[in-house]
Amino acid sequence: MGTAAIQSSLAQTRDGIFVEIARLLERFRAGDTAITSETVIAEDLTMDSLQVMDLMMELEDRFDVSIPLNLVPEIATVGQLADTIYASKAGA
Amino acid sequence: MGLFDRFKTIREVHGAVKACGADPFGVKMDRIVSATEAVIEGRHTILCGSNNYLGLTFDADCVAAAQQATQDFGTGTTGSRIANGSYSCHKALETDLADFYGKKHCMVFTTGYQANLGAISTLVGPGDFVIIDADSHASIYDACKLGSATVIRFRHNDPVDLDKRLQRIANEPGNKLVVVEGIYSMLGDHAPLKEFVAVKKKHGAYLLVDEAHSMGVMGKTGRGLLEQEGVDEDIDFVTGTFSKSMGAIGGFLVSDHPDFEILRVACRPYMFTASMPPSLVASVRASLAKLRAHPELMVRLWRNVDTLYHGLEAAGFKLGRQKGPVVAVHINDPALAARAWHGLLQHGVYVNLALPPATPSGTALLRCSVCAAHSTEQLQRVTDVITKVGLELGLIADQSVRIAAAE
Repeated sequence: MGTAAIQSSLAQTRDGIFVEIARLLERFRAGDTAITSETVIAEDLTMDSLQVMDLMMELEDRFDVSIPLNLVPEIATVGQLADTIYASKAGA
Repeated sequence: MGLFDRFKTIREVHGAVKACGADPFGVKMDRIVSATEAVIEGRHTILCGSNNYLGLTFDADCVAAAQQATQDFGTGTTGSRIANGSYSCHKALETDLADFYGKKHCMVFTTGYQANLGAISTLVGPGDFVIIDADSHASIYDACKLGSATVIRFRHNDPVDLDKRLQRIANEPGNKLVVVEGIYSMLGDHAPLKEFVAVKKKHGAYLLVDEAHSMGVMGKTGRGLLEQEGVDEDIDFVTGTFSKSMGAIGGFLVSDHPDFEILRVACRPYMFTASMPPSLVASVRASLAKLRAHPELMVRLWRNVDTLYHGLEAAGFKLGRQKGPVVAVHINDPALAARAWHGLLQHGVYVNLALPPATPSGTALLRCSVCAAHSTEQLQRVTDVITKVGLELGLIADQSVRIAAAE
């Protein structure tokens, strides 16, 4: 299996999705604090509301899913975000 | 936690902005002299941020119509259309607008904000989808919150991105309503409407266009972007406002949909607020008649747009990509933008300060809006003052330096 294929199949698992989100969130990391499943998106990262919406758009394209805006207020942590995308992919 | 504690961040940001010397969101106009001039802090000030595109706020016919209607029908309706009844003038305005847009139906709302709030929250419901441009006005975002449809956001003015997002929900059974704006109020750019029409047709979606900033501004007769692009027939719903080119306040929704009238007893932002006062209905009817009789008002507006846009462009400012009556000067640093805004005010020029996240992509803007009633001298003065302040703050380089650098 090539690197791209491995990455692609990894992105299908819950943990793979988390790793990918954490990579995309790198630029919003506050100081040296690592991004974990418990990281609260609105509080522990340096993102404003618009950046959160833009991130969702980026994730929609990365994983080819819809993340409706209605769901965003219910997604508090990075772990919940990974769960939402995983559930969305599983349901697709 | 106290009642207002969650506004801590907003308070801090607002405080930092006010540190420029004045509150950009709390300007007091002592006197309005004309459509293009006010007195602020004792200073005669050119108004270049009022969205008063056709300059009709002091038009003698519009003022007289409002006065007469107050005499004849009183100062207010004191209630909603469903409770206190529609006045003949409400119906007449709806007929005027339906005729203007060549559509069968029209509903008038008390504000433009409520027109979007009502239309978008009511047209789609549970199980349906509303797909909105990422840079949509607050009224569109709020409509999505009020309604119960699933909300999807697509990249600004990007029909390919809309297509991709509609494709992801292609197998979902719900209705799909796509919402775009004629002219976007912050950057002044406009939607690629023909391309959006093609995408909505491909996916069997409905398309709503908010012509708030483009009515009385674009198209041969002033219907807006849909007229300019020649896609009137393909637009399912049009919303707009009377608070820009019409010089008053109020909003509307027009459509050919055969079941349209049911909205009058289903649309809460229409049903549960007092209707437009007779004076404003009358002045809007007069403004619309004026636009229809004098489309050359738009020629004057666009001539003025050329003057300001090219003046600021020549001075070296970074402006919105598409030329129009909203001329947005980009300033990367919000604090610097606030200082520039205050500098303009002190020199007798009023524009809007727009800051992220109300603006796209983190840019601060000195947002100017052009009026048909601006004189060339006024716009030259505005250009000169913005240039002077821009040089003082280092927002632009001195002309001679820039020329030397280019050589």
